[in-house]
Amino acid sequence: MKRIFILFLLSVVILTACGPNSSSATASDSQANYIENKGSDTIVNLALAWAERYQTEHSDIRISVTGGGSGTGIASLINKTVDIANASRKIKQEEMEEAKSNGVDPVEHIIARDAIAVIVNPENPVNELTLQQISDIYSGKINNWQEVGGEDRPIVRLSRETNSGTHVYFLETVLRLGNKEDKTLFSTDTLLLPSSEGIVAEVRQNPNAVGYDGLGYVPKDLKMIAIAEEAGGAYVLPAIPTVNDKTYPIARDLYMYTNGEATGVVKEYLDWILSAEAQEIVAELGFVPAK
Amino acid sequence: MEKSLNWREFIITRAIKASGYSAIVFVALIFFFLIREGVPTFGEVKLDSLFNIRWYPIEDYFGILPLITGSLIVTLGAALIAVPFGIGTAIYISEIAPRWVREILKPLVELLGGLPSVVLGFLGILVLSPFLRVFLDLPTGLTAFTGSLLLGAIAVPTVVSVAEDALDTVPRAYREGAWALGATHWQTIWRVTLPAARSGVLTAIMLGVGRAIGETMTVMMVTGNAPVLAIKLSSLFSPVRTMTATIAAEMGEVANGSTHYHVLFFIGMVLFLISLGVNIAASSVVFRSKKRAERILS
Repeated sequence: MKRIFILFLLSVVILTACGPNSSSATASDSQANYIENKGSDTIVNLALAWAERYQTEHSDIRISVTGGGSGTGIASLINKTVDIANASRKIKQEEMEEAKSNGVDPVEHIIARDAIAVIVNPENPVNELTLQQISDIYSGKINNWQEVGGEDRPIVRLSRETNSGTHVYFLETVLRLGNKEDKTLFSTDTLLLPSSEGIVAEVRQNPNAVGYDGLGYVPKDLKMIAIAEEAGGAYVLPAIPTVNDKTYPIARDLYMYTNGEATGVVKEYLDWILSAEAQEIVAELGFVPAK
Repeated sequence: MEKSLNWREFIITRAIKASGYSAIVFVALIFFFLIREGVPTFGEVKLDSLFNIRWYPIEDYFGILPLITGSLIVTLGAALIAVPFGIGTAIYISEIAPRWVREILKPLVELLGGLPSVVLGFLGILVLSPFLRVFLDLPTGLTAFTGSLLLGAIAVPTVVSVAEDALDTVPRAYREGAWALGATHWQTIWRVTLPAARSGVLTAIMLGVGRAIGETMTVMMVTGNAPVLAIKLSSLFSPVRTMTATIAAEMGEVANGSTHYHVLFFIGMVLFLISLGVNIAASSVVFRSKKRAERILS
């Protein structure tokens, strides 16, 4: 709810911030001190916090931040409507080709790290799962919590929509266990919810549900599952130390993409993002600093 | 003086004519655009994989059957709720309720019609779906039925206000004639007033169904969006994915001109054809009944 509200506020701010010049202008010819930043919903709160802090220190710079999903952000970069695209996954080969044919040269910047937490309702007695078990749950091989040591309840699988970078990452890393040849898909009865908020709301009230979300977005009243890479291994809960020492198996880099090497105010902003001050905000929001 | 009046008349008639034709032009333009963007689908996706049961566009599975059945089952459920409720309310307001009740009820129904659908979606997620999960003992409350209930609530005000207007225009002499023949109040409503207002009531139903099938935000929030083929009765109580929610959720991410983009427009075409079909079916029924009524009266 809070995030949707923030998004709403943002859109209002953006609408009012769009002067007569910027509303129709493309990124390349917008005013020199205006930065348009769009993409991953995972990153949107972080990008927003950065933008707010940066603007209080540099009152001449204006930064607008919007979400929509990694795919949306990269599509906007390809269409030259943003200066910086946020993505919670690497740019795909097809997107790279599409960009090249449109005269755009996406350059990657790693700006933070994020762990994906698997979440369940606190009433659910299951505390630990192996990656293989999570894969079997989401591909539809395991359909009852009893099979993984829980109560006799059907499993309701929740996922983000397919335009979410988190969805693609989860498919590749968890469902297919990192195996590129594997063609396993999400079970068709997986609920595809349009926002992280939808997943949190459903898990909060439904003891049958299992969902996944970025560590920074998991509220305190939901239960995170400790995950083992393989059966017999140690079960690890997601947290900053376990992500940094790579014992927690589902963690990824978060990216910002620019068209060509960043220049001018965009470059200054990206440099600031990698500074100690900005990376402190990363940790405050539940993400893992890039350095 | 007279000349300027003529001028004004000329401009006004032309302006009215233009706005009349513009509706036709816009529909034609929209349909042309849908066809232009949707037809390339046939060159890119084989027919048997298009009419298939797996929808997972990021891995090139473009089976649209789950989406069509999803939309149909949600709309059917909504119609089953909205039609009896809506027409019942309209009959009550126009035929039975005392004047003061009518003056309160009518604006209230119109207020309900003004509720933004996203607000109903919130209510659905936070109140209705948890309640339904516990009450009906379902695995999850995000189901086609939840969507049907909310869409029913969205369609009811449309049905009520149009049907009520239609009942209102039935001449008083019809009712008085029925009473004079000794018909009870109920017999008059069921056998005389309602059949006399038939074309307006059918229009009301059609508009209500149209409202339900095109609704996007609410269904996206409460139906769970799982692309499962919905052809069993139990599908009503499981998650489904509708055509509108698919377009809304995925249009933002697709690359312009990709196969996925064309398929989304193709879904738009299917949606357009379905509502066109509903319209044609309803207006042909209305047309036929009018002919018959005219024959009897003349």
